[in-house]
Amino acid sequence: MKEQLHELKEQVMLKIKESHTVKELNDVRVAYLGKKGPITDLLKGMGKLPAEERPKMGALVNEIRESVTAILEERKEILEQQAIQEQLENESIDVTLPGRPVELGNHHPLTRVVEEIEDFFISMGYEIAEGPEVEKDYYNFEALNLPKGHPARDMQDSFYITEDILLRTHTSPVQARTMEAKDGAAIKIICPGKVYRRDSDDATHSHQFTQIEGLVVGENIRMSDLKGTLDLLAKKLFGAEREIRLRPSFFPFTEPSVEMDISCFKCGGTGCNVCKKTGWIEILGAGMVHPNVLEMAGYNPEEVTGFAFGMGPERIAMLKYGVEDIRHFYTNDIRFISQFHRSEA
Amino acid sequence: MLVSTNWLSNYVDWNELSIEELAEKITRAGIEVDGIIDRSFGMDHIVIGHVNSCVKHPEADKLHICQVDVGGEISQIICGAPNIAEGQNVIVARPGAVLPGGMKIKKAKLRGEESNGMICSLQELGIEGKLVPKAYAEGIYVLPNDVRAGDSALTHLGLYDRILEFDLTPNRSDALSMLGVAYEVGAILSKDIKLPEISYSASAEKAQDVLKLSVEAAEDNPMYVAKVVKNVKVAESPQWLQNTLMSAGIRPHNNVVDITNYVLMEYGQPLHAFDYDRLETKEIVVRHAREGEKMVTLDQVERTLHDHQLVITNGKEPVALAGVMGGANSEVYEGTTTVVIESAYFAPGSVRQTSKEVGLRSDASTRFEKGVDPNRVAEAAERAAQLMAELAGGEVLEGSVTFDELDKTPEKIILSPDYVNNRLGMKIAMDEMKTIMDRLQIPTELINGQLVMDIPTRRQDLKIKEDMIEEIARLYGYDEIPKTLPVVESTPGGLTPYQAKRRIVRRYLEAAGLSQALTYSLASPKDAQAFALETAPVTKLLMPMSEERSVLRQSIIPHLLDATTYNVARRNESIALYETGSVFLGIEEDGLPKEVEHVAAVLTGKWVHHAWQGETKKVDFFVMKGIVEGLFEQLGLLERLQFTKATVDQMHPGRTATVWLDDQSVGIIGQVHPTVQHQRDLQETYVMEMNLQSIMQTATEELLYEAVPRYPSISRDIALVVDRDTSAANLEKIIQQAGGKLLKKVQLFDLYEGKNVEEGTKSVAFSLTYFDPERTLTDDDVVKAHSKVLDALTVQANAQLRS
Ligand SMILES: [Zn+2]
Repeated sequence: MKEQLHELKEQVMLKIKESHTVKELNDVRVAYLGKKGPITDLLKGMGKLPAEERPKMGALVNEIRESVTAILEERKEILEQQAIQEQLENESIDVTLPGRPVELGNHHPLTRVVEEIEDFFISMGYEIAEGPEVEKDYYNFEALNLPKGHPARDMQDSFYITEDILLRTHTSPVQARTMEAKDGAAIKIICPGKVYRRDSDDATHSHQFTQIEGLVVGENIRMSDLKGTLDLLAKKLFGAEREIRLRPSFFPFTEPSVEMDISCFKCGGTGCNVCKKTGWIEILGAGMVHPNVLEMAGYNPEEVTGFAFGMGPERIAMLKYGVEDIRHFYTNDIRFISQFHRSEA
Repeated sequence: MLVSTNWLSNYVDWNELSIEELAEKITRAGIEVDGIIDRSFGMDHIVIGHVNSCVKHPEADKLHICQVDVGGEISQIICGAPNIAEGQNVIVARPGAVLPGGMKIKKAKLRGEESNGMICSLQELGIEGKLVPKAYAEGIYVLPNDVRAGDSALTHLGLYDRILEFDLTPNRSDALSMLGVAYEVGAILSKDIKLPEISYSASAEKAQDVLKLSVEAAEDNPMYVAKVVKNVKVAESPQWLQNTLMSAGIRPHNNVVDITNYVLMEYGQPLHAFDYDRLETKEIVVRHAREGEKMVTLDQVERTLHDHQLVITNGKEPVALAGVMGGANSEVYEGTTTVVIESAYFAPGSVRQTSKEVGLRSDASTRFEKGVDPNRVAEAAERAAQLMAELAGGEVLEGSVTFDELDKTPEKIILSPDYVNNRLGMKIAMDEMKTIMDRLQIPTELINGQLVMDIPTRRQDLKIKEDMIEEIARLYGYDEIPKTLPVVESTPGGLTPYQAKRRIVRRYLEAAGLSQALTYSLASPKDAQAFALETAPVTKLLMPMSEERSVLRQSIIPHLLDATTYNVARRNESIALYETGSVFLGIEEDGLPKEVEHVAAVLTGKWVHHAWQGETKKVDFFVMKGIVEGLFEQLGLLERLQFTKATVDQMHPGRTATVWLDDQSVGIIGQVHPTVQHQRDLQETYVMEMNLQSIMQTATEELLYEAVPRYPSISRDIALVVDRDTSAANLEKIIQQAGGKLLKKVQLFDLYEGKNVEEGTKSVAFSLTYFDPERTLTDDDVVKAHSKVLDALTVQANAQLRS
């Protein structure tokens, strides 16, 4: 009996060693330790032994069972480890394969420029004012000190609908409307929008384009306030190192009128092809609101003053992003638009 | 305006500056200098030559072999010009010269004959063909007899000169003359200027004895001065005058015409010269034309006149279109001996209108249009008379024949220094302001702490106090203005709720994968109303530039489809674009069209495309629908959104829906009709357009927190077979109504038609979620509610339940 037991142990040990999977190992356990296995049979057969041998044999059987169980567990752990290892190896991927793209769309580059300017001025307490794209001659011209017959308002340059109605040629009528509506109160607004001129479309002209203008009206608004405001804008749009300069110019709705140049952001002022070797780039037009314009809107120009400025987002975008042809903004070629994906802080 | 700096030096001394410094100062003071042209183009080895002999080249018909004295040396030069001849003084480019066109002059052999240089035309020296005197337009330029061989031809032609190109703003018409420029430069540099001295000895005969003048249209011609010069010899002008005119961009003709043009450029006062004898009547009458009256202008064109156009006549017929162009019948020619010089003030509006109507804009008309200086009208006539005496041998008759009702008094402007400083944000002392006025030669007195200024009539742009603020600021220097920020009664600023929502809509659509397009508001009549949500009379342009862009759009979709076709043609086959923008409907009471902001989108090609994992999915109706639903969810309106099947022109009849917000139709969504897709070279393409304005103006409920459930919910699935035509929305409605308050959510999760389902029917499966916020639901509760749902579906939708 004792020999039988040792033989059995040897057998089990061999089977355990030969098991290569958790399942095979389990089969061994069931075969030897299970209810129908030889060890159970041996225990059952103990009744036939003399009473004095039973405890000794019982202890032996238990001892063998325990040691087999221990070895089984040990083996099981090894096999499980191996299995996981194998699984991990099988699950290994090429991490350099392309990721699944997150399909985002993006702003049109002009919206990008307009929103940047809007947000800058909103942070300084400005409101955004909008108005109709089809305008009355009165708001587009007359209220802006461009009376009928003024040389600057040639029929050839504007899209008229009737003699008195046209597609607005600038966003300034929004200023005129706002001044009229404010009834003498102070104003701080930015007016973005589409405008139209009777130009043939080419690399630098578009019959439809965008403008963004600003207007501040109140007591004691000075030209120095205009200069300080434009200086901050230039630094926001083109970098903190930018310097500005004002040059006298002429617009019917402002007096004095100026054009603003910024120091060239490409060469820093030493002269390059972007600034046409001058070190300066013309960015916008501005001025102090003409007394006639204030008066027509119901302000007393002796007591109230204002400044206004206006620029073309197309020009800003062309300069900022190096776009060479204004038509790109309106052909909606996805290869163009999708280049303005990146966010900028 | 082209400003010769040599000519400018006659009036103001600027020579202590480099030309670049001068240009920069002028620009910073308000007149933009666009460019500096060196008329010598750096040329060298260009000399005067005398053609000693000129014989035909034995081997070439069109060439001549010339022996040219180039100053103590005889050079053989082959010349191909048709007008070359023995005895001429000519311009010679010697070996080593480089011409403006880039041509390098070298010794060469032409058909076997040596050539040591080139005899030049003016064009070859970089002078524009339209400025070269007609006699030399087709060949070499011939110099007068009194020149010396070997001298620099560039000096003789005045080409050692640099030109400032002015880009004048419309208000600065004062700088349309050399004297005006001199005043400006004098002010900038604080220099005095030298005006021309006019003196000549007049004959005893009086102008008014030989010429009668009457002006019958004083409102358009308040001042007219005529002078008469006898015994004029019409000839080529002296070289200096021709050079000066060419430097100013004017072609020399003959001495009489050249003098009028010279004075035009010097004073900014246009003049006209008539042949006195060709006038025939010894009379000038200024009047409006008779409607339909005809005249032949200098350019030999017969023109039919209108009764608002001003003409100069000889009492019988027009001899000039006032301020615009002279007539052919009274033109000065080689045989002219007596000249009438006209100097006048023609009303700007009248000249502008006429010059536009006849399509002629000239140096003269542009100056009249801006308003000439009333105080220079008479002086300019005197200046021309002087030059005709000096340069054309004329005899100036005593006095002028004059009509004058023109107001010539200077405007007065009174300005307080505080007014100036408060508007500039500066502290400029009154004395400094006065100094600036002195530099501008604006007579100014200081009275009671105010500047009292008499504005010279040459500065017609200075009318109000603000104009003077600009004068002070620009000469004081804009760089001196400090940088401050406006102090205005403080408002918070920011976007309106509407503007903020517009940004939400854009950001959402971009997050959903669509990029923003920007298309034109002008459309072709064919496209203007295609796909429109609402149509109204179309707004048309009076003068469109093309049919393609002649009316205002009433929908955005056609433009997005154009953009899609454009992209697809360039192999960008998957397109997802949106646009927000206005459409224009009919005419409102105020005469303007109703502008409504819309949002539109287009999808074509693939929606999911993850190439290496083999996942691709074409866009379909439900991709677009999901985008619209998400948009309404963003705006808090999802619960109020509905879709119903619709028929829309140019859309797929089976795949198009109306978008409803409550009971208001706000948009369309669907596939473009396959025929239209084909016409536009598109594959399956989906579009939507909605009235963004209505949607964004719809009030939404406040966003309030709803308690997070504390008790579990229970789900039950139902599978049904229903008629193919039964809509999912209808089934959902039945379920919602029957489910009672415990039913929290209904979700369609399966749809099947085809094998194993009876023809004309479809199988649909829903997942229903029951939930009670107050307690844990029992099976009984759910069974009760669920069986009501099943009953309702059987009865109302004739549904068969599948196990
Ligand atoms: Zn640069």
